[in-house]
Amino acid sequence: MENNQVRFRDSFKNRHFERNDSWLKIILIYLLLLIMCVVTVYPMLNILSVALRPADNLFQMNLQIVPDNYTLENFRRAIFEIDLLLWIRNSLIISILTAVIAVCFSASAGYAFSRYRFAGRKTGMMMFLVTQMFPGPMLLLPMYILLVKLGLVNQFLGLLVPYTATAVPFSVWMMKGYFDTIPKSLEESAYIDGASPFMTFYRIILPLAKPALAITFLFGFMSAWSEYIVAKVILTKPEVLTLPVGLVSMQGQFNTQWGVYSAAALITSIPVVILFISLSRYLVGGLTLGGVKG
Amino acid sequence: MSGNNSATMAPLPKKKRYNKNLAVSRWTPYRYILPAFIVMALMVFYPLGYGIYLSMTDMSLATFKNPNFIGLGNYVKLFQEAAFLRTFGRTIVWTIVNVFFHVTIGLFLAVLLNRKLLGKGILRVLLIIPWAVPQYIVALTWRGMLNNQFGAINIFLQKIGFSAVPWLTNPSWTFVGAILTNIWLGFPFMMMISLGGLQSIDKEFYEAAEIDGASGIQQFRNITLPLLKPVLAPAIVLGTVWTFNMLNVILIIAGGFGNEKTQILVTEVYRLAFNFYRYGYAAAYSVVIFLILLIFGMTFMKRTQGLEEVR
Repeated sequence: MENNQVRFRDSFKNRHFERNDSWLKIILIYLLLLIMCVVTVYPMLNILSVALRPADNLFQMNLQIVPDNYTLENFRRAIFEIDLLLWIRNSLIISILTAVIAVCFSASAGYAFSRYRFAGRKTGMMMFLVTQMFPGPMLLLPMYILLVKLGLVNQFLGLLVPYTATAVPFSVWMMKGYFDTIPKSLEESAYIDGASPFMTFYRIILPLAKPALAITFLFGFMSAWSEYIVAKVILTKPEVLTLPVGLVSMQGQFNTQWGVYSAAALITSIPVVILFISLSRYLVGGLTLGGVKG
Repeated sequence: MSGNNSATMAPLPKKKRYNKNLAVSRWTPYRYILPAFIVMALMVFYPLGYGIYLSMTDMSLATFKNPNFIGLGNYVKLFQEAAFLRTFGRTIVWTIVNVFFHVTIGLFLAVLLNRKLLGKGILRVLLIIPWAVPQYIVALTWRGMLNNQFGAINIFLQKIGFSAVPWLTNPSWTFVGAILTNIWLGFPFMMMISLGGLQSIDKEFYEAAEIDGASGIQQFRNITLPLLKPVLAPAIVLGTVWTFNMLNVILIIAGGFGNEKTQILVTEVYRLAFNFYRYGYAAAYSVVIFLILLIFGMTFMKRTQGLEEVR
């Protein structure tokens, strides 16, 4: 009987933990990870806590998450009294367009880099990598002047182009890394059946690359959804503001708007956090492939 | 099609190049790349060239329509400025401290998460939250938490017996606060990169090392680190570039350009261009930043041979 229990305990341990770890070590690992989790989760809970406070009690001096007299008043005001819905609409339009364009462009470029050998291939790939080294403001300033001259200030198109340009390079590398893992024999057999290169790419390879496409979409969407600096420079009219510009403009110093801001911040970040986390299982694979396989 | 076609299918032996498909012409790959390239040309290469030109003019709000070409004048002025060197030094501190903690915390967590561990899926999800939340919201939230009187951090410090820290009123502390915020923001990226790298390392290496009696630390130094290098090196370059150019966090935590002691080079560019409208001078600043990063990136990649991976 006792022997059985010991055996059960051991098999439980072997199934769920490293074989050679002592219980002390396992507890220590959990402790460390849990402390880090508290550190990562707390700021989000902090927003929640502020969002739930009534306007006359914003500045409380304790660490309670749910205040005693909690209220959803801030959420109501965030939705109905400020332009939150307008900002969300603007941001949604720009983010979805950015993501879709980034997916199309980087999928096709990544495919060419992965499948074909051609003059300028190496240089081309390097160029996409080096673009990551350009400092934002360095591009921002000439870009701003260019957009002023083209009359694209205060227009969605004026944001769409720079956003796509920032999302594309990283995505090209990621897509290429993923295509590298798809066996070439699939295309060869399609060619033998008489399919054109484009049909092969579109009908056979793309459906297989869905995880990478999802990650690229996610990155494109998130980069546009949370971009603040470019939008702040290019958008000045209230009716075209995107979420980040709108929200930051709300948060001056500590004032009564703080609760409303927090509610709005939660409303805008929770959907992206969920989207990000639900796609994160593809993330480990996607990034490594891009890195390791070059 | 003749034999001088340079566009062929990939997995061919080096000498024997031939077309699998007659429809693949020499231009096919370029057609696939063209759209991405146009966007890059429009928004990266053009501004880069224009920025370099701009840095040699005296363009400002007054001379916006017809700026004068002044050669390297802006650069001479820039390097004579004492504030430039101070800001540069601060930027280096900012970057090194941030990237160091991003990599060490990220790698450490990744090593823990790469073990067999009950419920590690949930832990991983919780640990990447900082990456998922929009940056400006993170910065604004930390600004709230750093508030001298009502911020969670000071309340916590006082609860465990320390005195309150003047995070937002003393510029040096503001800078420390910005570093804390940015460390929080950046480690999940390194964690996920490392985790991916760790998962691709063959378990047999460790089993063999164990048989030879290598300790955990020896295994980490002699197996894990060398094999992670090709993954980590590009990530560190990217991380350094991103941190060096981190505008959001500093701007929001410091609440603007209040004090020189909280500024780094990038915020200085932004301030010169969009607060003082000294476009030419700001462009010179950004060219200097770009050169610093380019030199760093190239030497780092060469040292670690990260680019060897580019086939």
